[in-house]
Amino acid sequence: MNKIFEIPMYPYARHADQDSAAPARHRVVVVGAGPIGLAAGIELAQEGVEVVILDENDKVSFGSRAICFAKRPLEILDRLGCGQPMIDKGVLWNKGKVFFDDRQVYDFDLQPETGHQRPAFINLQQYYLEAYLVDRLRELQDQGAPIEIRGRNKVSAIGTHPDHVTLEIDTPEGAYNLEADWLIACDGAGSPTRRMLGLDFVGRIFEDNFLIADVVMEADFPTERWFWFDPPFNRGQSALLHKQPDGVWRIDLQLGWDIDKEREKRPENVIPRLKAMLGDEVEFELEWVSIYTFQCRRMENFRHGRVLFAGDAAHQVSPFGARGANSGLQDTDNLCWKLKLVIDGKASESLLDSYNLERVQGAEENILNSSRSTDFITPKSEMSRLLRDAVLDLSEHHAFARPLVNSGRLSQPCTYDGSPLNSADALSDGPERTRPGSACPDAPLGDDFLLPKLGNQFILLTIDAEAPDEITEAGLTVKRLALSVKDDKTGALQDRYLGKAPSGVYLIRPDQHVAARRPSYDDNQFRAALRRAVGKE
Amino acid sequence: MSDSKLILEPNINGADDFYADLLAAHEGRDKADSEAFNARLILILANHIGDTAVLQQALAAAALPSAKGTKDV
Repeated sequence: MNKIFEIPMYPYARHADQDSAAPARHRVVVVGAGPIGLAAGIELAQEGVEVVILDENDKVSFGSRAICFAKRPLEILDRLGCGQPMIDKGVLWNKGKVFFDDRQVYDFDLQPETGHQRPAFINLQQYYLEAYLVDRLRELQDQGAPIEIRGRNKVSAIGTHPDHVTLEIDTPEGAYNLEADWLIACDGAGSPTRRMLGLDFVGRIFEDNFLIADVVMEADFPTERWFWFDPPFNRGQSALLHKQPDGVWRIDLQLGWDIDKEREKRPENVIPRLKAMLGDEVEFELEWVSIYTFQCRRMENFRHGRVLFAGDAAHQVSPFGARGANSGLQDTDNLCWKLKLVIDGKASESLLDSYNLERVQGAEENILNSSRSTDFITPKSEMSRLLRDAVLDLSEHHAFARPLVNSGRLSQPCTYDGSPLNSADALSDGPERTRPGSACPDAPLGDDFLLPKLGNQFILLTIDAEAPDEITEAGLTVKRLALSVKDDKTGALQDRYLGKAPSGVYLIRPDQHVAARRPSYDDNQFRAALRRAVGKE
Repeated sequence: MSDSKLILEPNINGADDFYADLLAAHEGRDKADSEAFNARLILILANHIGDTAVLQQALAAAALPSAKGTKDV
């Protein structure tokens, strides 16, 4: 059977750069064609920035890997032209069960907030996301966008200079050299770029191993997330069962840190574990098995001159809460509009330091949440286990204990409180959730939704307030989106953007984070806010 | 954050009865079982209080000022 991850999606092809006497210079080179590298390339190409993506492989990733995509990354993928296929293929779920020892302690039905175009999360194998991104890249190429992807191009050496980066690249036909004005390293947790530059990867908080299996079965398990604490079939550890498209189930079995990986991966050791979990009578086929080792840590600095790190190359967390691919997409969403402004000469290079500042804040939040989940799932002391077990025992009988059960908190977008790009909040009584620094929450507008209207450029959103149709400041032209609370009969627009205030004006960044808000338009204030949002104030 | 203050003055009507009930609840339990019981009791009472400012004051008060390893909360 031909599987999507067995077909070369970007096979090696000789490029004129390989025969060039002097190294060709490119505007941006992205290392790594995983979801984050592809997203970076697509966003830049959509904005007309010339970009080359290099990958040592030529296929999408093997096995499901990242499987849960949250609302915010889906909204980002919408702007990259890949949101809809994700939704069409993905599995929607709201229900789950929690098991402790040999019994179910409770079940839940998450009822996500209404009035959002995108669901709170979907399950989908990472290889589908990568395939959709490659499709989108090909579509952009057909439209003449300046983007290239080169398979089996392995970066073997990197030289850094004040105004460019040099690369030595191995291919099946030998080595060649390239230069890039900017390099974005999206080459994963083991990032060769990070290693070649001799950079640190600090804050190793803990490490753990998981046996991850994609299992094809006809079984009639419902579309639910099942999580086990200390089950009889995996004593002292945890287990997770989650549904993916195509009748594929994802099983994560925690193994602890001190294990023999090769031994654990052998089918004769894997199959009995799965039988104990699923029951002897269930027929299944193993599609993919892997041991996933993670450490919880991040780079001290995501920017090193002309080299920018994003995704797992910059930070790593535990798998609980879907914070890997989800946070990586937020990295490039934060980075690419800033890099475009710097390349266009509309902002100074120092704007890129705000990428480091804001996304380190995001990574810290993820590491904090992920550490707390791990402390609950794998108690580190006798008392910690006693309290954890008390929570689980109580959760069987009393609702109050259920919010304390922590098998992963699904990632929420980071609010960049304290970012130098924010202007002080001037909308008194405005809702907390849309304060400067926040990612804009969606809201319904009749048959349509707010976020697609905000687009991917700076925009001035007015709600029952007057303002010019556009303003030009610092070389940027910002258009106005004029709305009224009457545009949304459900009241969500008012709740999410005005609260008790009668009117509001928002300056929103290209990554749909709030830069500034006030009750009404003030020309001087908003011009200053725009300058501040591009690092010029 | 709330301004609520943890009550550290006598507040239980029938203090002797409550204390006897607490001892009775542990009777017949072995150490592990008693510890699990205490953990559940803490969680139930904490939820009843709910106010995290009060809970933080309670954590600080339980640490005792003179005890070794006292931590500022």
